Amino acid sequence: MDPGTITSRTPDWRDRVNKWRQRTRGARRRLALFMAVVGPGFITSNVDNDAGGISTYSVVGATYGYALLWSLIPMTIALYVTEEMCARLGVVTGKGLSDLIREEFGFRPTFFVMVTGFLVDLGNVVAEFAGVAASMEIFHVSKYIAVPIAAFVVWILVLRGTYRQVEKIFLIACLFYVAYIISAVLARPDWLMAAKSVIIPSFQFNASYLLMLTALVGTTIAPWQFFYLQAGFVEKRVGPRQYPQARADVLVGSISCMVIVFFIIVCTGATLYVSGHRNITDAKQAAEALIPLAGRGASLLFAFGLLNASLFAASILPLSTAHVICEGLGFEGGIDHKFREAPIFYWLYTILIVVGGGLVLIPGASYLKILVFSQVANGVWLPIVLIFIVLLASRRDLMGEYVNSTTFSVIAWVTCVVMIALTIVLVLAALFPGRFGSVPGL
Amino acid sequence: MLHATELLGSIAYDAQGNFVGRVRELFIEPADQPNRVARYLLGRGKYQPLVARYDQVGSVAAGTMRLNVNEKALEEYRANEGWLAVQKDLLDQQIIDTGGRKVVRVNDLDLAEHHLNGSVELRVSLADVGLTGAVGRLLQGVASYALIRKIQGKLPTSTIPWEFVNLIEPDPLRRIKLRVSHQKLAHFHPADLADILEDLSSEERQSIIDSLDEESAAETLAELDARLRQQIVEKLDPEKAADIIEEMQPDQAADLLATLSPETSQELLEEMPQFEARDVRGLMQFGENTAGGMMNTHFIVVAESATREEVIEWIRSNDVDADQLDAVFLTDSSAKFAGVVPMGRLLLADAGQAMASLKSEPLLSLLPDAHVRDVFELFDKYNLRVLTVADDNGSPIGAITVDDVVTRLTVKARYKFK
Repeated sequence: MDPGTITSRTPDWRDRVNKWRQRTRGARRRLALFMAVVGPGFITSNVDNDAGGISTYSVVGATYGYALLWSLIPMTIALYVTEEMCARLGVVTGKGLSDLIREEFGFRPTFFVMVTGFLVDLGNVVAEFAGVAASMEIFHVSKYIAVPIAAFVVWILVLRGTYRQVEKIFLIACLFYVAYIISAVLARPDWLMAAKSVIIPSFQFNASYLLMLTALVGTTIAPWQFFYLQAGFVEKRVGPRQYPQARADVLVGSISCMVIVFFIIVCTGATLYVSGHRNITDAKQAAEALIPLAGRGASLLFAFGLLNASLFAASILPLSTAHVICEGLGFEGGIDHKFREAPIFYWLYTILIVVGGGLVLIPGASYLKILVFSQVANGVWLPIVLIFIVLLASRRDLMGEYVNSTTFSVIAWVTCVVMIALTIVLVLAALFPGRFGSVPGL
Repeated sequence: MLHATELLGSIAYDAQGNFVGRVRELFIEPADQPNRVARYLLGRGKYQPLVARYDQVGSVAAGTMRLNVNEKALEEYRANEGWLAVQKDLLDQQIIDTGGRKVVRVNDLDLAEHHLNGSVELRVSLADVGLTGAVGRLLQGVASYALIRKIQGKLPTSTIPWEFVNLIEPDPLRRIKLRVSHQKLAHFHPADLADILEDLSSEERQSIIDSLDEESAAETLAELDARLRQQIVEKLDPEKAADIIEEMQPDQAADLLATLSPETSQELLEEMPQFEARDVRGLMQFGENTAGGMMNTHFIVVAESATREEVIEWIRSNDVDADQLDAVFLTDSSAKFAGVVPMGRLLLADAGQAMASLKSEPLLSLLPDAHVRDVFELFDKYNLRVLTVADDNGSPIGAITVDDVVTRLTVKARYKFK
């Protein structure tokens, strides 16, 4: 290279690209703003459809056909209301939920919430790995191979990734839920009747219907969701100015979650219910039973959807739990830290995965008991946390102008009370099986 | 030595042995004395709570307190913003550890007993931010004090001396009443302070930036995440924001203003003095991924015929920031860029040597619209520490330093894995 002034070597096409970039700056900025914010709401709502959830929904469709579809709209509202409060809390205060609970309610309540949350999440992780095992069995892979590999993949992903990386992968995983839409279409349902059932409530006053309804609702709102959602917005440093985008994220997430639920119920409802296969107890049986009715394709898609959901949830749950516990008790935590910087965080995460996966591998495992236990712990946990959330969101000194309006307060408290009542019913049924009928998905 | 959690909830008796109430809160009056427990709030169920002063306490122990006056001598409780409440404002709240330079959460407080004639004063000695405090809070009221102490004895301690505790109080009026001063924070390295700020909520961040002088605030903002920087500056008064931005290097200021809305950045530019604003405006017209977007307009330019002695005299007499001295830029008689003299060569040269004989080969410069990739390549290939940016006429208009390159490369690397 000659000594001398080296001038710019930007070729012509780069010029053109730069000009295009300048022209579209405004639109790209708005899109970037939205993309910068979207994520927590969308991911959280979709992880809702995890192994346990899919099991419940398939059983609902198989047992009652479209009769329970009317509950989808109220559930969407309940989901949106609770998640929106968490999003608002995170965006306005810039603090995570466990931080807020610690600062406003004290150490002991925080500790209690952390411990029960941990137990519930452990049960859920077991369910996720059970989902992995079940779906892989449909693909004729033994669970003794599938589960350890899945556990390792999940563990490495979080250990080596950054938050942004991991979030991107999760968002892509969300797209795979479209598998359920396709399998529902392959089942050739009566769309008109399904649509009608969504809008027109049809209540049956028997114990098992009620229980099914409760299980449906109970599987929609889970502990880790609130913490993960709020922490997500805090970690992305979403400020009050981007609150509209955050709210849109939560709304889109809640609706997409319920859309998937709709398609799962319709899929099993149009096939298993109609043909009389009404006694399945979990998703694996549903996928298998689909083969003669909707073809192998639908069955494989269903199983694939289950695998995707289980892996997805198995990645998020332990992560969220470890994060939340560290936050609440004052330890360093977060995947942007190295192992040495946040040992307790990474140990908690590892224990959850190892124990969760390990329990599934025990031959002849009756991890049903763990699931029951987890449901009970959830029943204890959920009312407390829901009440905390509504109380926090109603505090003007915390939220300023973003405090709950009177109408919102009413809706929030009603949702709260209904959720608590239903959860208590579910807990009683899980503790005393047979008295109230059996709980689906267990 | 008592823990605050051992005292809260204790039963208080007056001098005659009558039950007065339970200790519900401990108040410190920072305006009076920064570490003494000045008042004790005694709750009496449905009756109006009473307040005992520090000189009205005869003896204390875990679970009980004996006053040295009659119940009638106690005042009724009236809220006072100048009182720091231990339970409400300290326990479970975040504070800044100015010794360890991080944000921690308070689990418990260690109180030292000072016996004076007839009364006992409690002074806060340590903030417990570790396991011992956590266990104490957890088992408070559930296990006996002796048992708790025994368990705590076996656990590792993590405490902060009270003098290193810096409170975080978003409300500026209350900050004044509580004598919260962030003076110590101004001595932190900006990168450490930026780390601390990232751990706080937006309100708390704002309050700390508010309390810093403009120079420290500018240095700290420069180290923060771009998104946080934007949020903080948007919430500041335009005047204060402009003052801070003036203290920043023009290229940092240009980067910051580019992230704000056009109205806000216009407003701030108008608040700034003409000369600085012009510099910044000039930089803002360059794209983010160009040499112009990376360069700094503050650099030292001397004639290539100047001698070493003259240059050093000049540098000394002008108020030049020693940390910014990497090289001296040379121009020829027609004000065109003529070379760069690194500090090392300047140091070792004879007093009478002309700058032209000290310049590095080859002569390198880029146009302001050159892509950052070209910048990186040159820095790498020629092991540069500074690179000149020159306009079409060949006159130097800016300098890119290696720390800017490192920052860009780190950001790029992070994004690559995303």
